Amino acid sequence: MSILVTPTTKFLVQGITGGFGGRHAQLSLDYGSQLVAGVTPGKGGQTFADTVPIFDSVAEAVSETGATASAVFVPPPFAADAILEGIDAGLDLVVAITEGIPVRDMLSVKKVLDASSTKLIGPNCPGIVTPGTGENSHGGCRIGIAPGYIHKKGNIGVVSRSGTLTYEAVWQITSAGKGQSTCVGIGGDPIPGMTHLDVLKMFNEDPETEGIIMIGEIGGTAEEEAAAWAKDNCSKPIAGFIAGATAPPGRRMGHAGAIVSGGKGTADAKKAAFRDAGIGVAETPSEMADTLLKMM
Amino acid sequence: MPAMKENLGLPWPSVKKHTKFLDRPESLPQYKGSHFLSMNLHEYQAKELMARHGVQVPPGHPATSIDEANEAIQQLFDTGHKSVVVKSQIHAGGRGKGTFKDGFKGGVHLADCPEDANAKAEAMFGNILVTKQTGEVGKQVNRLLITSAQKIKNEYYVAVLLDRSKGRPIIMASAEGGMNIEEVAEESPEKIFKETIDPDLGLQAYQGRKIAIALGLRGKLINQCGRLLQCLYDTWAGCDASMLEVNPMALIENEDGTESVVALDAKMSIDSNAMFRHPDIKAMRDISEEDALEVEAGKHDLNYIKLEGNIACLVNGAGLAMSTMDAIKHYGGDPANFLDVGGGATQEQVKAAFEIILSDPAVKAILINIFGGIMNCNTIAQGVVAAAKETDLKLPLIVRLEGNNVEAGRKTLADSGLPLITAESMAEAAQKSVEAAK
Repeated sequence: MSILVTPTTKFLVQGITGGFGGRHAQLSLDYGSQLVAGVTPGKGGQTFADTVPIFDSVAEAVSETGATASAVFVPPPFAADAILEGIDAGLDLVVAITEGIPVRDMLSVKKVLDASSTKLIGPNCPGIVTPGTGENSHGGCRIGIAPGYIHKKGNIGVVSRSGTLTYEAVWQITSAGKGQSTCVGIGGDPIPGMTHLDVLKMFNEDPETEGIIMIGEIGGTAEEEAAAWAKDNCSKPIAGFIAGATAPPGRRMGHAGAIVSGGKGTADAKKAAFRDAGIGVAETPSEMADTLLKMM
Repeated sequence: MPAMKENLGLPWPSVKKHTKFLDRPESLPQYKGSHFLSMNLHEYQAKELMARHGVQVPPGHPATSIDEANEAIQQLFDTGHKSVVVKSQIHAGGRGKGTFKDGFKGGVHLADCPEDANAKAEAMFGNILVTKQTGEVGKQVNRLLITSAQKIKNEYYVAVLLDRSKGRPIIMASAEGGMNIEEVAEESPEKIFKETIDPDLGLQAYQGRKIAIALGLRGKLINQCGRLLQCLYDTWAGCDASMLEVNPMALIENEDGTESVVALDAKMSIDSNAMFRHPDIKAMRDISEEDALEVEAGKHDLNYIKLEGNIACLVNGAGLAMSTMDAIKHYGGDPANFLDVGGGATQEQVKAAFEIILSDPAVKAILINIFGGIMNCNTIAQGVVAAAKETDLKLPLIVRLEGNNVEAGRKTLADSGLPLITAESMAEAAQKSVEAAK
């Protein structure tokens, strides 16, 4: 098994006729993923890459093709609306790739999301990959912008707030001869859909996942919350890495941001929370896979 | 001269609901993604936006020249105000306790007559103010705010910001106004009152009253302060602010002996990602307050932040860029900057990045760390070689490439004839760059 998506998951791309969306839709097709529809309002009836039908609405695409997931490549001013449309159409999973969605829009989306059964990955994220069994993991499910070929089917789950750091971890695992069950890039925005904790719980319940790499960044307390849960509830080894120990302090003019988190949110606080929970801490990003493999 | 809305003594405006959360522009605007950046405003700009949303602020006028300042001073005294405050407008806190480079003390001054106010304005304007937040370099005061002085009876701290763990906005207040709020939070967290806000409903009247009562206000002041807090939240939401801080909010005694609560100071930053729906706020940007290199980097779609060290970094992806800096520090070096070239890295971007990096005289070595996921490493390598040749690069250049078509990329680097130092892993690259910068 895997989490959230399997190689047979049918998905659609919102914003498939845009340059960025189209390019990555093609890469998903090349990877052998089940991309079954595109959605661009006003372009219904056209096709993408001569094979993928384009619809005017998500609801229509869902009823015609049976898609259960979506990738959002819609520009920031319209992206919140695209996510809401996906939720309204009853999708199981929406993956929002778009970078630069206003926080205030995401506050409204989050309310609707919390009252629905849809799961959201992102925004501002690389997406999700469940590797396939073919050469260079061909035949897997790739929703988003991650490079497919760096993956290998296996038993390590990866959850991360950063795109390129996810690829680093994945590549280290693959280079070590191991593979991934599912890799989830939850994105670096302040209001994300799924959190480290949500993904960790799913990995814990997934029989195929035997070890987990959790990659975080400074800011917020999502990593601490995940670690606190893992301490008593996670039965699988976890290796963690936190980026930003030397990052400059935020460009805030006031001090208000630091207060809500009550001194939490620094790299040191997050690493301490990891250690306290028995999570192996990689001191440099080159050691992410090694740290986990030594624990497994 | 843009006059700030004088709303002291006027009836309270009705509280507007900000239901248009998902406003959309008519046509697709030009946009550029950013990593949750925000744009800082001056106090007078924040007050103007607050006044528009019904927050009571003392009457005042901004000035961008001595003449404008004198005119503003005269106008306030002419309209019956007995004393004024002349306030330096820079993007940094601690102005009141700051010192100017010529020794003149204080970036905020009270004056009881026009002559004194004019003299204070002249002493501050164009002068460089050093505060605990500006660093030793200080900031030149190019704008002043002339505002009516108030008879202050009590001071409070209020802020509206995002509570990330809840995914909701939050308003927080403390009766310890004027104090260092971080110290209050650390030593006596029970003195900070918080209300979580439903973003679609806004701050409710009872929530505003709850905070007013907690702050110790009584009688008519409970409703008055509660309304002010509601308007403050409306400002935050209506302007897509990342943070809005009023320190102090003050209880003042009016001319007629009555009391009211007003916002005496304001710090505000706006979510850059929402600028497409706020052309008026976008026009408030003061580039002179920003780092020139960072402004230049922004033009090339590069996310650059200057730091104190001597090893420059050029990386794709914010997380990878941060951890590259961490690795440098881990091996005993000091990064000169954070630089994220984004998902792609074109030859033009690499060249612009080199030029920006090289304009920092402290830089002794450059570390390039690229994970070519979708991008072809060879394309990146060719871009690096061309940019290094074009900018006549003399500094040690440490390159770590990984990913798609990496062998061809490494060969391109090796065959370039440039004195490049290559590395296989990030750790090795960091070690080699620390060595090279010595």
